Amino acid sequence: MSASTLSHTGPGHSARDPKTAAALGRRRKRVDMLVRALCTGATVIAIAFLISILGLLTYRGFAAIDLTLFTTSTRPPGSGGGLLNAIVGSLIQVSIATVVGTPIGMLVGTYLAEYARASTLGNIVRFVSDILLSAPSILIGLFVYQLLVVPFGGFSGWAGVVALSIIIIPVVVRTTEDMLRLIPDTLREAVAGLGAPKWKMIVLVCWRSAISGILTGILLGIARIAGETAPLLFTSLGNNAFTTDLSRPFPSLPLSIYAYAGSPYEDWIALAWAGALLTTALVLGLNILARAVLKVRI
Amino acid sequence: MSHATAIPSAISAPPPTARRKGSTSFGDAVFAGACTAAGVFVLLLLGGIIIELFIGGWPAFRTFGAGFVTGTIWNPVDEVFGAGVSIYGTIVTALLALMLAVPLAFGVAFYLTELAPPWLRRPVGTAVELLAAVPSIIYGMWGFFLLAPIMAQTVQPWMIDTIGELPIIGALFQGPAFGTGIFTASLVLAIMVLPFIAATMRDVFQQVPQVYKESAYGLGATTWEVVRGVVLPYTRVSVAGGIMLGLGRALGETMAVTFVIGNANRISTSLFGSGNTIASIVALEFGESELGSLKLSALLALGFILFVISFLVLAASRFLLRPKIGS
Repeated sequence: MSASTLSHTGPGHSARDPKTAAALGRRRKRVDMLVRALCTGATVIAIAFLISILGLLTYRGFAAIDLTLFTTSTRPPGSGGGLLNAIVGSLIQVSIATVVGTPIGMLVGTYLAEYARASTLGNIVRFVSDILLSAPSILIGLFVYQLLVVPFGGFSGWAGVVALSIIIIPVVVRTTEDMLRLIPDTLREAVAGLGAPKWKMIVLVCWRSAISGILTGILLGIARIAGETAPLLFTSLGNNAFTTDLSRPFPSLPLSIYAYAGSPYEDWIALAWAGALLTTALVLGLNILARAVLKVRI
Repeated sequence: MSHATAIPSAISAPPPTARRKGSTSFGDAVFAGACTAAGVFVLLLLGGIIIELFIGGWPAFRTFGAGFVTGTIWNPVDEVFGAGVSIYGTIVTALLALMLAVPLAFGVAFYLTELAPPWLRRPVGTAVELLAAVPSIIYGMWGFFLLAPIMAQTVQPWMIDTIGELPIIGALFQGPAFGTGIFTASLVLAIMVLPFIAATMRDVFQQVPQVYKESAYGLGATTWEVVRGVVLPYTRVSVAGGIMLGLGRALGETMAVTFVIGNANRISTSLFGSGNTIASIVALEFGESELGSLKLSALLALGFILFVISFLVLAASRFLLRPKIGS
């Protein structure tokens, strides 16, 4: 069916007549130009959306950014205040979640690339990890709510950390496995031939060779969880006061953005925009950094 | 082949001492065990999610039976809950988003693989990928504060006056122009899933053997004819997989949709009407649900349904994307 689509472009048919052939050729060129223009237009539209989002963030966000944003916590509407509690809260939660989730993700990725390339269990783990990578993050929040919030009597920063840890794992798994698979088997054979045990081969040679790729995955994972909002709604809930106590409801930037953007107070909406600019700058910065890391080392 | 001659000299080195054999196999066992345990942990996570959501939703499933899926009433006061409206909203917004996103994504992939000058490919590709990295809540704010007013004042009145006048499909584009609603939510979703579909298409387009394309060019085919006649037939399974991936993403998107869908539990004939999705109703109503209440159970049951739908779509996506990447 699809193979016949080219047939009208080849010689033959009625195109033997020079005039018809010339007309057909012009028509084909016109269609080609039209499709090229449409596709270029589609790309321009996609980039226009990005510029529009970044432009709006810059316009509304910079107007709201000043020093008190970083030095004071949220106050009641109309009395100033900043996002110190949310910024510190996000830093704490994202850091701990990265420290917890990254090693697990690296081990799973290593298992898939070094131990279970073609085994049934490996295929199932790979499949499940890919599902988790794209699964709605709100469901991770509901899961942790059921798992930790209900039995342990209330929303807590720790529950949020667990949800973010679960979300970062499949991101790290994917890049770790992909990067380890790029390493040629001859390198593994050379290390094994020297008599090194397999775990030393993996840790000292494979991980080291793939370090820039794995680092890229970790940075992308941090970028992913830094902007997550939905799972935190059901786990750490948010907190307008400054706190470093993870056993209580815990503030973070995305939760503050969500709470303030929907509020009727002008100064809280301004805070939401400032938080949105900070979060997006961090997330996109990490993404660009991740690409730079990958480019430098490979 | 030249490096093969170097191997014998390596073999002639003294063999490793047998003394270290014991600690070697112990270290290996520990490390292999840790890796395998981590892999099994991932399986337990998925199993845990399914079980916890089902247990949490069980009171709602038991109370309403199969009617929970089809029921369209969501009344917390009388404790009557049905998932019908939010399932409808979830599927309609996701499908509409795909109808908008797939042509754009194809355009982007076509541009990046065939049209863009080499120096432009990297920056444009990165820009499209950054679109995927922007957090969901930022899309929500952008959609609510910028897109929705534009939709209400310009786009929707214009569409009501033009497409809305058409015989059959006109009914979909009528009614008051609120700005928020199903259509705006789909538009935001389309922009959000566009980079995922475009990236998959670009990657599989690049896997088409150069010889095939050159052969077609050699016959005098234009760029579009090469893509339509060679690239698309060669990659159509993977392209379908990329579209399913976008669908899976669109189904569960929460924060952005919550901002712009209007949040009303009704099925509107017009796409400009308000609605909700599973994810948006869970995010919005969760805060007002008491522990142990039937409403909370209904929300968890909604989560379970969303999980089942997403799982099926994402599994289909992976199945479609697998063979080409493997080879």
